[in-house]
Amino acid sequence: MSLGPYASFIVTSYTLVAAVVVLLIIWIAIDYRLQKERLRELEASGVTRRSGRQATDIR
Amino acid sequence: MTLIDLANPTKFLSLTARMLPWLAGATAILLLIGFYQAAMAPDDYQQGATVKIMFIHVPNAWLSMFVWGVMSIAALGTLVWRHPLADVAAKAAAPIGAAFTFLALVTGSLWGRPMWGTYWQWDARLTSVLVLFLMYLGLMALWRAVDDPARAARAAAVLTLVGALNLPIIKFSVDWWNTLHQPASVLRMGGPTLDKAFLIPLLVMAVGFSLLFVTLHLAAMRNEILRRRVRSLQMMQASQQAA
Repeated sequence: MSLGPYASFIVTSYTLVAAVVVLLIIWIAIDYRLQKERLRELEASGVTRRSGRQATDIR
Repeated sequence: MTLIDLANPTKFLSLTARMLPWLAGATAILLLIGFYQAAMAPDDYQQGATVKIMFIHVPNAWLSMFVWGVMSIAALGTLVWRHPLADVAAKAAAPIGAAFTFLALVTGSLWGRPMWGTYWQWDARLTSVLVLFLMYLGLMALWRAVDDPARAARAAAVLTLVGALNLPIIKFSVDWWNTLHQPASVLRMGGPTLDKAFLIPLLVMAVGFSLLFVTLHLAAMRNEILRRRVRSLQMMQASQQAA
């Protein structure tokens, strides 16, 4: 597969899209861990939801 | 489970926990097929291999508008139906929509340089998409600026609905004004003008990126629900400590 004289434009485009998508996935995964960690800490300190259910019980 | 059950955040979390692995798998498979087809697609007789940029530029451009459309429906859900998950959906979608719009602008610019001889032109299509990107950033700033999620949701919903006026301007800008950007070649009256060798990989990529949006959006909505749980528990803790 030859990308011709403008290969750098094509490769840069695909690399950038891949990088942004990976960054989005990493950001969402880190945010999820962060929120779960905060909920665990709050529950450990004795704060409970009005329903009585565990805040970290999300399944 | 009915649609009304999804108004319950706990049931939403339970359902999406089961759905997300399947959605992520389907997204990965479709995007892999799409990237393979894009790599194998023939060169265009005029553009040569740079036509391959189309397979990522067009899905991102479609999604930049589609995500704002989703946020507009969510805005109606906030203002009219007061659906408990509507503003969660709107808030979670904004950064993802901004990312797709950014990618549409940059890949379009990288496609434009070899084909048009310039990275940027202040024509109606490019400028209206840049305005869309700035509106996404403004909306994200608004969400961060207001502490109370309910107040932020109403302000953001109004801004989203006003911003939705830009969507038909983006779509029809190439018909209403004389632009450097080409007119629609897929979603148009009379059917697509693209050859199947380009159309099929483009549609596979479009479905793949759309599934990627659904997957990321549901995951971001789950995070937003947890963030609100954290906030309400912190408020309960503060009031317990004050009592």
